[in-house]
Amino acid sequence: MRFLLIEDNDNLARAAVDRLSLDGHVVDHAGSLSEAQDFAATTDYDLILLDIMLPDGDGRSFLKAHRERRAETPVIVTTARSEVSDRVSVLDLGADDYITKPFDFSELEARCRAVLRRRGGAASNLKQLGDVEFDSLSGTLRIGDNSIRLRNRELRLFEVFASSPDQIFSKAKLLDRLFSYDEEATENAIEVYVGRLRRHLQGSRAAIVTVRGLGYRLTVT
Amino acid sequence: MRHLVLSVCLMLLAAPLAAFDIEDHAVFGPENASRQVRVLSVADVDVFSPVIESFRAAHPDITVDYTVAASTAIMTAISGEQAPFDVVISSAMDLQTKLANDGFTQSFRSTATLSLPDWARWRDDLFAFTQEPAAIVLSRAAFAGHPLPETRQALITVLRQNPDLFRDRVGTYDLRSSGLGYLFATQDARTSEVYWRLTEVMGALGTRLYCCSSDMIDDVASGELAIAYNVLASYALSRADLTKVAIVLPEDFSTVMLRTALIPRNAPAPVLAGRFIDFLLTSSWTDADVPQSPLSVSSAVFLTNRDRFRRIRLGPELLVYLDGYKRDRFLEAWKDAVLQE
Amino acid sequence: MSAAPVQGSIRRRLLVQLLGGAMLLAVALFIIVQSLARQLAQDSQDNILTAAASAMLDTVAMQDGALQVDLPYAAFSMLSSLGNERVFYAVHAPSGLVTGYQDLVPIAGTGTRFDTRAFRGEDMRLITATRMLALEQGPLPVTVTLAQTRDGLSRTVDQIVAMAAALGTGFFLSVAVLAGLAARTSIGPILRLTESVERRGPQDLRPVTAPVPAEMAPLVGALNTFMDRLKISLQRSEEFIADAAHRVRTPLATVRTQAEITLRRVEKEENRASVREMIRAIDESSRAAGQLLDHAMVTFRTDHLEPETIDLGALCEDTVERLRPMADLRDIDLRVTLCARPTTSGDRILVQSALRNVLDNAIKYSQPESEVDVTLRARSGMAALEVRDRGIGFPAGGPEGLTGRFVRGANVEGVVGSGLGLTIAEEVARAHGGHLSAQNNEEGPGACVTLCFPSA
Repeated sequence: MRFLLIEDNDNLARAAVDRLSLDGHVVDHAGSLSEAQDFAATTDYDLILLDIMLPDGDGRSFLKAHRERRAETPVIVTTARSEVSDRVSVLDLGADDYITKPFDFSELEARCRAVLRRRGGAASNLKQLGDVEFDSLSGTLRIGDNSIRLRNRELRLFEVFASSPDQIFSKAKLLDRLFSYDEEATENAIEVYVGRLRRHLQGSRAAIVTVRGLGYRLTVT
Repeated sequence: MRHLVLSVCLMLLAAPLAAFDIEDHAVFGPENASRQVRVLSVADVDVFSPVIESFRAAHPDITVDYTVAASTAIMTAISGEQAPFDVVISSAMDLQTKLANDGFTQSFRSTATLSLPDWARWRDDLFAFTQEPAAIVLSRAAFAGHPLPETRQALITVLRQNPDLFRDRVGTYDLRSSGLGYLFATQDARTSEVYWRLTEVMGALGTRLYCCSSDMIDDVASGELAIAYNVLASYALSRADLTKVAIVLPEDFSTVMLRTALIPRNAPAPVLAGRFIDFLLTSSWTDADVPQSPLSVSSAVFLTNRDRFRRIRLGPELLVYLDGYKRDRFLEAWKDAVLQE
Repeated sequence: MSAAPVQGSIRRRLLVQLLGGAMLLAVALFIIVQSLARQLAQDSQDNILTAAASAMLDTVAMQDGALQVDLPYAAFSMLSSLGNERVFYAVHAPSGLVTGYQDLVPIAGTGTRFDTRAFRGEDMRLITATRMLALEQGPLPVTVTLAQTRDGLSRTVDQIVAMAAALGTGFFLSVAVLAGLAARTSIGPILRLTESVERRGPQDLRPVTAPVPAEMAPLVGALNTFMDRLKISLQRSEEFIADAAHRVRTPLATVRTQAEITLRRVEKEENRASVREMIRAIDESSRAAGQLLDHAMVTFRTDHLEPETIDLGALCEDTVERLRPMADLRDIDLRVTLCARPTTSGDRILVQSALRNVLDNAIKYSQPESEVDVTLRARSGMAALEVRDRGIGFPAGGPEGLTGRFVRGANVEGVVGSGLGLTIAEEVARAHGGHLSAQNNEEGPGACVTLCFPSA
């Protein structure tokens, strides 16, 4: 996906760009409102991450102008302020969602997905893996006439595999992607979800293969 | 009309002991009745009895004790002797006024008194119930062939032109004894100088002097007098032999006397007095079915000849001619004119 | 709000002053008119008496060695012009009474003199005027004394006095009415100002701009200045809270993001474990900071509660929708059942915050792939928001005390939390006249937390 990150704190912005890139997203960073307006005017983004406090103005004014332009790009507001004080006015001004800093990037991803799903989705989210058609937005696998709706964790797990087929993912890394840091989860949990995905993929040309001692990978024959 | 009512008695002998001269006395209704109103009046009994009779008809339980006296005698009786009378009726407005002014009366207010016009009431003490003009009464026989004089000037002219016809046949009040005559004379003199000229002409003809109107009218009617000056018209009008006399209300001016009633300060029965006065006023001031008082002249006469009639005003000015000096001076002048001694 | 100590009343003071003034004026009016009328009556009587007396004196003459008086009729007519008054006169020479009333004694003195005294039992006005008769043997003083009753005059004066009294009373009454109106009108702006200030919500700190009478301008100016300061101080505390959050959270966000990146790159298991620990610590502190700030904000807002009508059904759905991505992460199904659509009166942000905290807890403590049920009910004048999870439930001791600050259940080892969630929810419920109740489910595992608000 293509993000526009509007964030005045450079350290956070750099880290966030790096972090989102890890998941294969393309991110443009704007450090100020004027920069943000330039980016937004020249590039189509799938989503805009907007910080509310900016050096040259309030993010709310960007939001207002954005909605007045009838721009379709969904906006998720990131705020470091108290949730209680900001959220309502932000949503009233037309933000699609908000998230308070610091945030779990999996939560951000979940919110992005929810927002995009509400907006009606984009065709670019469709991925063909052999005879398996994967829609990461709605979380469905289509094998022939058979359509399977993935649960959230199954979806996120399959997304990891689908992002780079044939790449081996260790159980530990998969654990990090699937569970939050405060959840006590064992590698057995990964086996459960991999088992579920294998069942869904039965009869297709795609399969999750165990690489002994290393982890799993998605193969498409 | 005379002595029509049984209960009327002439009581000259039984009249109350009094120092003042009583001319007549009559009691209407039972004697010594518990409710008795004592009236002292200058009007003759027979002149006034119809009024009293109608009062009696309205108030049968009230006996009216009626005493007749001259106006000067009345003055003496009330102010000097404090004689016990309930109502005093007199034509001598000056004396009545003096009684009221000097405090020998008590005030009385009723619906009838309050409805009187201002000129008919002085304070709450004096109430006028008739207005009677002074007239010239002429013998029609004497004036046969002469036009009736309608003004004093015309009278003077006719007297001057026919001195033989009128010599010793002119009568008027003797001002020295008649209160009313004095009142009329002083008012005439106040109104016009013509009075003195007339008096002098009359004096030159040997005017005869009278005490009372009725006597003069009698003499005119009998032809003894050709002219009676300043006679009460009401007296003349009440006579049966009206055809023999002509009553002239002079056109230049006619002095109008108000007959007034008052309640003396020491009236024994002031409530009955009030009742009596109310009756007098209502019967003369309203057109009730009480017989028209013979003393009053129909008010229509006054209405149609407003300019001619000079009503004598009630008030302290009437005291002026009662003053000794003033009176002496006036009578002196009068005597000079009339007696021409 | 406590009532201000009261001393006196402007309206009453105004009324008393106006009425007192009116009373004084009315009495003064009465006295002036009365004395003026009396004076006028007396003067006119005196004038007439003087004219009559001098007319009489003019007629006194010596004739043939004797004093002669020729009373002028006109003089007496003049006297009767005052009304039907009784008149007494006496003309005196040094030798004694010349004519008139014996008992009328001249007023002692010289010149023309007046007196009011009783004569013949009546109150009378007297005048004595003197004239020097020039005679051969020398001047001879002659006096004329006139006495006249004052009945008609007193009656007229009495009428005028009665009229003056009526006038004074009328004046007083109309002033009383006007004073009432004036007091009300002058007090009106104050009442209107009070009303307009009272009508305002606690957040409405705009200056009073409606025009006020000049006398009230300083008060309103002071009020506006005060509200300005209050507004600034409120803004400051709000901004302080927001700022504090900002300053704590932004660096935390940076560190956390870096940590996540690091975790992706680090392969060695023990290094990964420590990075994970780090992230957990960051989450814990940021969450604690967040809830602390939320709690501060809740406390601040409940102190300045600005009620509006809240559609609890919509609020419920909205809040659930915001939290659904969080639940999804753990495959927890959030289900909303609206048995009723009650409304309540309160601060929407606070009520939402309360529900969010309860829901947050429910999601956090639920088993993955379980359900959390949110049910909105209306019962006996209360709106009940019930959040039921199938998680670990409250510890064996029951939920008592869990709403205290920083108190956490004994069984929540390993779950990030500050212990402020239920505290916030309960404080919000209390501030709105409601309450929070929490218990374990009777059938099966899990907890049930109910937020109750009075129905609007």
